[in-house]
Amino acid sequence: MTTTVAKDAMRKGDKTVIAEGTRMIPIYVMGKRYFVPETLTIQKAMEYAGYQFIRSCGCRGGICGACATVYRLEGDYKLYSGLACQTVVQPNMYLVQIPFFPANKVAYDIEKLPYDVTAIQTTYPETFRCVQCNACTKVCPMDLQVMDYMAAAIRGDIEAVAEMSRSCIMCGLCTSRCPAETNQYNMAELCRRLYGRYGQKKSQQVAKRVEEIKAGKYDPMIEELQSLPLEELKKRYEEREWEPVMSEGWEPKETKYL
Amino acid sequence: MAYTPEMKELIKRVEATRPERVERVKQGIQFPKLSLEESQRRLKTYHPDYKEEGRREFKIGPNKGDGHSYPDEVVDLFEAKSRIDPEIVDLSKPDYETDVLIIGGGGAGTTASLFAQENGMKVIIATKLRHGDANTIMAEGGIQSADSTKDSPYYHYLDIIGGGHFTNKPELVKVLTLDAPLIIQWLESLGMNFDKTPDGEMRLLAGGGTCRKRMHSCGDVTGAEIMRTIRDEARNRRDDITVLEYQPAVEIILDEDGKAAGALLYNMETEEYTIVKAKAVIITTGGCGRLHIQGFATTNHYGATMDGIVMAYRCGVPHCFLYATQYHPTGAAYPEQNVGLLITEKMRTAGAQPVNIDGEEFTFPLEPRDVESANIIRECMDVGKGIPTPVGRIGVWLDTPMIDMLRGEGTVEHDFPAKYIQFKRYGIDISKEPLLVYPTLHYQNGGVEANEWGETKIPGLFVAGEVLGGIHGENRLMGNSLLDINVYGRRAGIRAAEYVKEGITLKKLTLEHVRAYHKELKEAGIETDRISPMLLPDYSNPEVRAKQLTARYFGTLR
Ligand SMILES: Cc1cc2nc3c(=O)[nH]c(=O)nc-3n(C[C@H](O)[C@H](O)[C@H](O)COP(=O)(O)OP(=O)(O)OC[C@H]3O[C@@H](n4cnc5c(N)ncnc54)[C@H](O)[C@@H]3O)c2cc1C
Ligand code: SF4
Ligand code: SF4
Ligand code: FES
Repeated sequence: MTTTVAKDAMRKGDKTVIAEGTRMIPIYVMGKRYFVPETLTIQKAMEYAGYQFIRSCGCRGGICGACATVYRLEGDYKLYSGLACQTVVQPNMYLVQIPFFPANKVAYDIEKLPYDVTAIQTTYPETFRCVQCNACTKVCPMDLQVMDYMAAAIRGDIEAVAEMSRSCIMCGLCTSRCPAETNQYNMAELCRRLYGRYGQKKSQQVAKRVEEIKAGKYDPMIEELQSLPLEELKKRYEEREWEPVMSEGWEPKETKYL
Repeated sequence: MAYTPEMKELIKRVEATRPERVERVKQGIQFPKLSLEESQRRLKTYHPDYKEEGRREFKIGPNKGDGHSYPDEVVDLFEAKSRIDPEIVDLSKPDYETDVLIIGGGGAGTTASLFAQENGMKVIIATKLRHGDANTIMAEGGIQSADSTKDSPYYHYLDIIGGGHFTNKPELVKVLTLDAPLIIQWLESLGMNFDKTPDGEMRLLAGGGTCRKRMHSCGDVTGAEIMRTIRDEARNRRDDITVLEYQPAVEIILDEDGKAAGALLYNMETEEYTIVKAKAVIITTGGCGRLHIQGFATTNHYGATMDGIVMAYRCGVPHCFLYATQYHPTGAAYPEQNVGLLITEKMRTAGAQPVNIDGEEFTFPLEPRDVESANIIRECMDVGKGIPTPVGRIGVWLDTPMIDMLRGEGTVEHDFPAKYIQFKRYGIDISKEPLLVYPTLHYQNGGVEANEWGETKIPGLFVAGEVLGGIHGENRLMGNSLLDINVYGRRAGIRAAEYVKEGITLKKLTLEHVRAYHKELKEAGIETDRISPMLLPDYSNPEVRAKQLTARYFGTLR
């Protein structure tokens, strides 16, 4: 029994399986009504309705920001937003996708920027025009506190901007709503890079390993592996020492290849 | 949708065995790893690659009669005609001219563009969707590099080659391990954010098949962080790097001497074809999950349709290891909206165990991916201890609540924010309830044959990233792909610049190889309406299609 279910399930690919008896509901794509199964995401519902995407579809997994969508529900003045690939349809939703929204992206040289508020002032001065209306936070499909990271930027707290914008997918919805014409997500990208470049310390261990490799330390070890007969190579592979999951304080016994 | 009452009932069995399993993990006791021999046996019986039905050999081109059989979905793309008729294309008036043309704006392509530019090149990136809509941006877990004091390139090499069943090309592996720390340092210098200790050292994690903790990450958005960083840098260099979006390449153009000389692009919006003339071409088109091999769901982005390998093959460049496809052991199997979605290996690294309907362990959680997948398929198909979903899919539990029990309350939400939200939306709290998972199509493994500089047998034609075959042999380990796209992107960019600087004079441009390919198809008796590269998969409603009475489809596109 289980076996037939499984074999069948394997053939379904990404096609959403619509369960028996699923209710069909009306949605309005740019004002035009289609009936779609109520279990689908907006993305799959539009495909069900007959659309074939060129724009507004990238990762299909909630991380690329291609499928930003805004919608209203009948009889409700509120404006909602979501990612089409992640948001399930609702009856009588009026939606439009925003595949692109122009935003100012400044070209800069990361090596020449200081690690303080002047970096933001010289690149994205419009940031300081923010009137704290919160429209960006409300529209962000990733539920980021966009207005708060703008405030952090104005304070010059670059690390806070980096942390608060960590899961920004650069969909552009915040920019589309901003009365002060700021370019929140490009500014945040700048801050993340500044934080990575100057705020986080460089790894000494990585630098040391790069030097060791340049000096040729590991060449003989790899050549040794390359010259081994297959059986011997397999033996080494099987016998390699395994660092435990909770490895605090663990040291490998074999040290000659370190 | 939240778990059904029936499923909730079943979850109780998982909860019943959980405390004891957590205790065992704390003591370092896990389900035993399979021996090499036993792994091989499992793979032969359960891994989809070893199924005979739905596979066939290549009848034309450089891989004809190479002794392997390939999935039908793959061979179909090669037993297909070009999107264009070479007779009607006028190559004498290029729309763009550049030093280096990069096909594919994902991770490998963008890294290649940066290094080519640094070496004095004018670069065009032609890409199918937006710059960065790619598998790279989806990668979550991390990037490998042997830089810890308890680790070295020696072990990295052993892990890679063992994980690939000793089939990998040794030179490609060597370069991958030795360039790795350099790449991490480069990403650091560009300002990529890593998970670090306050003194700047990397917080390293283990991965499937790796004997040391070697995974560098940025939460569960590592790929996105890499892509955002390098894309931003490419945009900073816009004077030299031009990006053409929604303009995939459909054929490589050669010159009369057989050198790479550009590509024919298809503007998907205006439906016109444009010609790019270039002194060197780097193909970085990524993987093929959207072929849905054997009907599997996939983790890949919308444009992962193997285009690069098809285009290179028409130029006469062979591919390797395409007979081995990587299924990620843990793709979401519930809720329906999330099916196929990747559940990163890091969940298992952090302590979540795969368990069956009775809450029992049945596999070492961190076997190499193919073995782990085979074990899960076996548990569902043969042992019969899978968990069915309301629509007839099946899966096993991935016991994520163990993570908080092992590492402290809040770990799941903090370390896996994206996944936490993606399930929370449907009323599933993965820090308290397990996930239902099943293997999903994930990685190409094989690809175009090239050397350690990404050079193919065609002068001036390079490849880098997932489209390059041989680095991982028959099976890639987590974290080595984000690494290879940078290692080989960098190398291809540098070597392409060197090649151009040697002084390249292009002769007359030609699509003669496409003509020859069409001829070969005919001579092999392959009569078909299929066309390739595919460009985009077709998910439109077949009932609607049937009613599009005057539309003409060209492959999957109208
Ligand atoms: C969900 C997921 C999670 C992953 N997690 C990890 C991980 O944790 N660690 C790890 O190391 N690896 C991981 N991987 C694998 C890794 O992300 C990819 O293998 C790698 O990023 C591929 O990079 P690439 O540049 O070669 O291809 P991509 O990033 O896919 O880029 C290829 C680009 O080429 C474009 N393109 C395709 N065809 C054409 C054409 N005809 N013309 C023009 N452009 C074209 C595509 O649209 C795309 O933009 C993961 C993959 C996925 C899907
Ligand atoms: S911050 Fe702006 S660009 Fe980023 S995810 Fe939110 S709305 Fe989209
Ligand atoms: S929408 Fe603009 S003005 Fe309003 S809070 Fe956001 S950044 Fe400030
Ligand atoms: S398609 Fe990428 S976020 Fe929806």
